[in-house]
Order: sequence, then C-alpha cells, then structure tokens
Amino acid sequence: MKEIIATLLGVLFGIGLMLSGMTDPDKVRGFLDVAGSWDPSLALVMVGGISLAAIGYIAASGRSRSWMGERIDIPTNNIIDRRLILGGLLFGAGWGIGGMCPGPALVNLGAGYRGAAIFVVAMVAGMLVHDQLSKWMANRNS
Amino acid sequence: MGINWVQFTPGSSLLGGLLIGASAGLFLLALGRIAGIAGLIARPILATIQGKFGASERVSLAFVTGLVMASWIWRLFAALPSVAIPEKTGATLIAGLLVGVGVRMGNGCTSGHGICGLSRLSMRSFVNVCAFMVAGMVTVYWLKHL
Repeated sequence: MKEIIATLLGVLFGIGLMLSGMTDPDKVRGFLDVAGSWDPSLALVMVGGISLAAIGYIAASGRSRSWMGERIDIPTNNIIDRRLILGGLLFGAGWGIGGMCPGPALVNLGAGYRGAAIFVVAMVAGMLVHDQLSKWMANRNS
Repeated sequence: MGINWVQFTPGSSLLGGLLIGASAGLFLLALGRIAGIAGLIARPILATIQGKFGASERVSLAFVTGLVMASWIWRLFAALPSVAIPEKTGATLIAGLLVGVGVRMGNGCTSGHGICGLSRLSMRSFVNVCAFMVAGMVTVYWLKHL
C-alpha cells in the first residue's frame, strides 16, 4: 500500500514537472539566463510548489505519525558548512550545463530520451563517487 | 537584458508547481517522508550496495519509479510537451557528474532544498538554494554570453 501511494505521488510530481516546464532544458536555461532574455516562468514553479508543500509541512508538524503510521521524518540538521555551499555550487553548474536536475532527468529518462539516460547514468556515478570519496576521507582523518 | 514574454508561461508553470507541492505535501503527510528527489534516488542504490535495502528504500524506489512513469501516464491523455534534451554526450556526462556529486555533497537538490526546505523556512536549504541558483546563472552566462 505504501509503495502504491509513493508511486502515485511520484507520477503526480513528474506530471507537475512536465506541466511546469522544468523538464525542458531550454526552459531551465532561459530561467537561469538573467542577463539575457530572461524567462521568469520557473520562479512560479517555486511559488506553487512551496505554498502547497508548506501547507503539508504545517499539517504534518502537528502530528506524531503520518497517515500510514510512519514517524514523520523532518530533517533536524541545521549546520551551514562548506560542503552545503560547495555542493550547491557544483549542482548549480551541472544544472546550468545540462538543463536538468534529478527529478526532470528521471521523467525525461522515462520518456525515452537518450541524452537523459546518459545524464542519469553520469549522475548516479557522481553520487557513488562522492559517497566513496567522502567515506575514504572520513576514514583517513579518523 | 529584459523579460522574455514570448516564452513566459505563468499559468502552466504555476499549476505544475502546485502539483509538485501537492505531491511533496502529501508524501510528508501520508508517508512521513521528504520529497527530495536526489535522496530518493541515492538511498535505494546505496542501501543495495550495503545490503541494507528495507521498507524505507522500497518507498523511495516506488516514488522514483512513479517519476519515470509520469510521461507514460501523460501520454494516455495528451501529446508529450516538446523538450530540448542536449545531444552532446560529453557535456551531458559532465553535467550529470556535477549534479550527482553536488546533490550528495549539499544533501539535496531543487526539490529537497528548493521546495521542501524552503517551505519549512530552513536556513540551511536557503543557503544551498542561493548557491545553486548563483552557480546556475553564472554557468549559463558563461555558456551563452562569453
């Protein structure tokens, strides 16, 4: 049951991405091109997304358990460090080059685009490389 | 410089954003989880490698499967929107690698920090969002105007 709900919510999320324009790399670059001919549409994705997510958050924070009985897993980490900023910078550079962030890359993969498949393979490789390197560095420093 | 009114799609972008927000809000309310796509992709893969794939990873994988299926459901009702997926393999590989490393290092992406984090007024997410927006704008400036 939980898996079915999660799949349906994934579909809803993906359809939202498609409708919003987030899955079109040209649209993304048009949004990031503030010095050129700027297309502000994707700012409205943030407005719409944040407003309903905030209602969900407010409703959830008054509860001890989710509807399906899980613990409500809200992040408690509030450390602002170099990794948070450098990670954001690297992600933003990749987003600007490829015009896709992780969600849209998966949607475009499902739609059958070769470029999206290459992007997703490289992205997963990047995730694994990062985690291996950070584990290795943590071991070396301890 | 100036606003590109021809490409501006306020209605569909706002509506798409509302669907994204509804999904994120319901994911938290129904299953207690944050809809951060980078984490939802990474967790089942890492858990499989470590041999610790459990109930929580099944939910992550299910959400990710839904994202992959979204265009299939869309196609039942309408033609897919046209998207300009980059054709250059080298640039795509670099972009994917940067995104993969960046979202793990910063612990989130446009959804986890951008939508979920900002919706709960997390300063940590706000700092990450500023970093990726600035880097994205500088990168596009560099690619388009230099």
